[in-house]
Amino acid sequence: MSDVIETTEERTAKLKGLGSSRKRVEDVRFTQGKGNYIDDFKLDGMLFGDFVRSPYAHARIKGVDKDAALALPGVIAVLTAEDLEPLGLHWMPTLAGDKQMVLADGKVLFQGQEVAFVIAEDRYVAADAVDLVEVDYEELPVVIDPFKALEDGAPVLREDIAGNMEGAHGPRRHDNHIFTWEQGDKTATEAVLAEADVVAEEMVYYHRTHPCPLETCGCVASMDKATGKLTLYGTFQAPHAVRTVASLISGIAEHNIRVVSPDIGGGFGNKVGVYSGYVCSIVASIVTGKPVKWVEDRMENLMATAFARDYWMQGRIAATRDGKITGLWCHTTADHGGFDACADPTKFPAGFMNICTGSYDIPVAYLAVDGVYTNKAPGGVAYRCSFRVTEAAYFIERMIEVLAIKLDMDAAELRRINFISKEQFPYQSALGWEYDSGDYHTAWDKALKTVDYKGLRKEQAERLADFKAGKTRKLMGIGLTFFTEIVGAGPVKNCDILGLGMFDSCEIRIHPTGSAIARLGTISQGQGHATTFAQIIASEIGIPADDITLEEGDTDTAPYGLGTYGSRSTPVAGAATAMAARKIRAKAQMIAAYLLEVHDDDVEFDVDRFAVKGAPERFKTMKEIAFAAYNQAIPGVEPGLEAVSYYDPPNMTYPFGAYVCVVDVDVDTGETDIRSFYALDDCGTRINPMIIEGQVHGGLTEALAIAMGQEIAYDETGNVKTATLMDFFLPTAWETPNYVTDHTTTPSPHHPIGAKGVGESPNVGGVPCFSNAVHDAFRPFGLTQTHMPHDHWRVWKTANELGLHG
Amino acid sequence: MIPTGFSYHRPADLASAVGLLQAHGDEARVIAGGHSLIPMMKLRMADLSHLVDLQDIADLKGIEITDDTVTIGAMVTQHELIDSDALAAAIPLIREAALQIADPQVRYMGTLGGNVANGDPGNDMPGLMQCLGATYALSGPDGGREVAARSFYEAAYFTAREDEEILTRVTIPRPAGGTGYAYEKQKRKIGDYATAAAAVLIRMDGGACAEASIAMTNLADTPVWAEDAAAALVGTTVDDAARKAAIETAVAAIDPVTDNRGPVEFKQHVAGVILGRAIDRALERAS
Repeated sequence: MSDVIETTEERTAKLKGLGSSRKRVEDVRFTQGKGNYIDDFKLDGMLFGDFVRSPYAHARIKGVDKDAALALPGVIAVLTAEDLEPLGLHWMPTLAGDKQMVLADGKVLFQGQEVAFVIAEDRYVAADAVDLVEVDYEELPVVIDPFKALEDGAPVLREDIAGNMEGAHGPRRHDNHIFTWEQGDKTATEAVLAEADVVAEEMVYYHRTHPCPLETCGCVASMDKATGKLTLYGTFQAPHAVRTVASLISGIAEHNIRVVSPDIGGGFGNKVGVYSGYVCSIVASIVTGKPVKWVEDRMENLMATAFARDYWMQGRIAATRDGKITGLWCHTTADHGGFDACADPTKFPAGFMNICTGSYDIPVAYLAVDGVYTNKAPGGVAYRCSFRVTEAAYFIERMIEVLAIKLDMDAAELRRINFISKEQFPYQSALGWEYDSGDYHTAWDKALKTVDYKGLRKEQAERLADFKAGKTRKLMGIGLTFFTEIVGAGPVKNCDILGLGMFDSCEIRIHPTGSAIARLGTISQGQGHATTFAQIIASEIGIPADDITLEEGDTDTAPYGLGTYGSRSTPVAGAATAMAARKIRAKAQMIAAYLLEVHDDDVEFDVDRFAVKGAPERFKTMKEIAFAAYNQAIPGVEPGLEAVSYYDPPNMTYPFGAYVCVVDVDVDTGETDIRSFYALDDCGTRINPMIIEGQVHGGLTEALAIAMGQEIAYDETGNVKTATLMDFFLPTAWETPNYVTDHTTTPSPHHPIGAKGVGESPNVGGVPCFSNAVHDAFRPFGLTQTHMPHDHWRVWKTANELGLHG
Repeated sequence: MIPTGFSYHRPADLASAVGLLQAHGDEARVIAGGHSLIPMMKLRMADLSHLVDLQDIADLKGIEITDDTVTIGAMVTQHELIDSDALAAAIPLIREAALQIADPQVRYMGTLGGNVANGDPGNDMPGLMQCLGATYALSGPDGGREVAARSFYEAAYFTAREDEEILTRVTIPRPAGGTGYAYEKQKRKIGDYATAAAAVLIRMDGGACAEASIAMTNLADTPVWAEDAAAALVGTTVDDAARKAAIETAVAAIDPVTDNRGPVEFKQHVAGVILGRAIDRALERAS
């Protein structure tokens, strides 16, 4: 026992547990350039793969001439669909129940599609060989517009399933139709719409964009023919799921496959999908017996790996004359590209789009989503959001604004009178979700008061008067958003991907000297898991976070889990971490009682120790307990101190937030200046406030990008117009405004530590907030709805159409 | 993103560099900062067998300022242009414009010579040099010659420079004291080329415009030196009518194309707005 008696507060602070703004332990290596990313892997004899890609969006392939490429010294092989067919690997299943060509099988369906895979001794030879592969294409008519895709006589894109009118998610009504997904009560909703005092109707388009992690996708496949073991290193957001799927597709027994996700340079959903590069690298390694690396470049990433959004959302919202919402109707046309490769839980072909009633108490609602094939890249991933929640939040937050215009009401007040009230939680939404907890009014009032909402509106009115008087050419817009997320997928009873239940896991081993290692089924891509999950353990079992190593990403050592995306790590794996820690604490209690010679029930946990109840001077620290666990024979207790927990969450968590943004809009040039941005987030219990703040800053900046310029645009012939970072907007520090962050704390009632997840909230709430601000600037001139991204020329066009250029 | 194979040369003097161009014809290109050429090579849109790096040629460096002119070596970087207080004192318009090119990393590499010689209509310096009335010195197998910036540009990536010539330096007459100046540029983000940009010089004398020069960037397949637009200001007080006439004349002289920055109609409009702002700022600074 120490001579210096520390206070409870001092002992708690030493742990750096929950609530501590502990510095990110990962950053020591990242800031020194010592991270270990996929392209850092160099294995003996490693070969390189590179793709021949289609320049056309829709074409028949009449022949592939490999001769010139094969004649180039250093080229090992050139694979085409014909070579993969005997292995049954020329097509692969998608996460959405569809199938996708690994290499073009007779035709191509989008620009950038993989046609052939060149394997060479180094990446330079591979690049030269790609140029030497001659592909004979016959161009076919291109379908870019999802509405035109469903017209009679539209070119049939997927000839492989032509005439097969039963899809993975029910009947198909057209060869280019994938599914119709319906939620809610159509009849009741349409009845409410028919009789409502007021109905506002609008088409809300959330354009196609793309996650843009600094590191692109890639892998190294290494088949050891002596042991029969395949090791696959790669940029995987779900390494265990990749192992299982790889086993099912390839027929290699799962115990003979090891998947490793090393350091990942950002994912944002882009690294959830299964890509041709992975399959081709595996095949190439099996065929050659050598490791094969494939890493895509930036243009390949933007053109061919998974996109996000591209939802056309037709909305109708009904209300009483005084603004009480009575019903919501939404029909979405979802452009999925050439294959349905959306990354959603199996039962949710449009993800959690049915969270689109938002934060509002809407008694009746109906949602239908039609998935459509077009000549665009496949994907449809959750770009820094839980499955399609950004689309849902954008839809409802635009519809609220549209309704406010129709009612000639203040949009802040309209939100307030329709919020689900604190007393209504757990709240059953009209589209089927049970919201766990919330206190929306408190958060909203705090936000509006902090930004001086009334003062802002007054200033805006003065600016408008000046504008009309010719004293300024800049309008001021105030963007409001109140969003509710749904994260933490999810309960195994309704959430699986390809049949894999979406639980997650944590294994903790306490070492004899009282330090620990924990392994999880998730994988950090920058979220700071090694920092925050150690904090959960620190608070639960009283070992300092600095003494806990955290490992993820190696399927040979980590417990099975479904990975990191959709803000699920803290809600699911974070819960597993707390539960595993509690198992250890329970055993520690027995050991402490034995050492203190009292009954188990007579000791209690006290920060970093167990103490005898009523005699706090009699205690055993966790360090002492750990040593005893391994080195002292304790009757009836097994040696060792470790535990594993597989956590199947009883419900999702529902983080929420209130955002307010002020923008100045130059009507003459279309330039916008985000003057201020206030973000209040309620993510339940806060594990590391500094990491939360960092997550919010990053998510808001991605939201800024999406709202103000970032898009994957196609021309009429299916060429990608935005395939480089010159045209694909990635904000620098210069374009990024200052953010003010704030919070309220409404713990999740069902999560072991009350945490809800935060990484994606700022993107979900940020996009509508930026967009609403631009819309709001033009509201006095009659603008109801225009479409993102709000880049200069589109803002200028709005001003021009409203007659603001004289 | 991997270029085809090429030979790399780094000659120590101009004659050797010209010799390499002579020896390899259109299979060779000089490289200065490389920020236009290397991406083109990586995209395999420029397929070269020989790359002649000019960085070791001392003659291509340095900024020389006399009472009448400023002479800048082709290999002077944008950063060095910004960093030179003497240059900023002599021709402040150059620093103002250079600060609006790309980002600091690019400006440490990108050179004045590369920027003006490449013939990319998106580059800022060609229009600026036309506005300033600069002259380019070219060296080739037959010796040297000089070409005015205002007659150097023929079409996108096509200039008066012959394949075997190297642009060695830029000579700029110093504007008279009190000349107002402005470089105004609208761009989507840091690092982007201009949606519309305008360089303006205005010298006032006794309340009337005595001299003016206007050039527009990225609004045609070459920079546009708008001689008639500037003439519309000369002799006036640069009042609203003159300003309007200059803008209308300049907008009539440009020929923008639709791209991801926006359609023609938008570009024509913002070209006028940006030019108007440049005129206003130049006028404010004129004394």
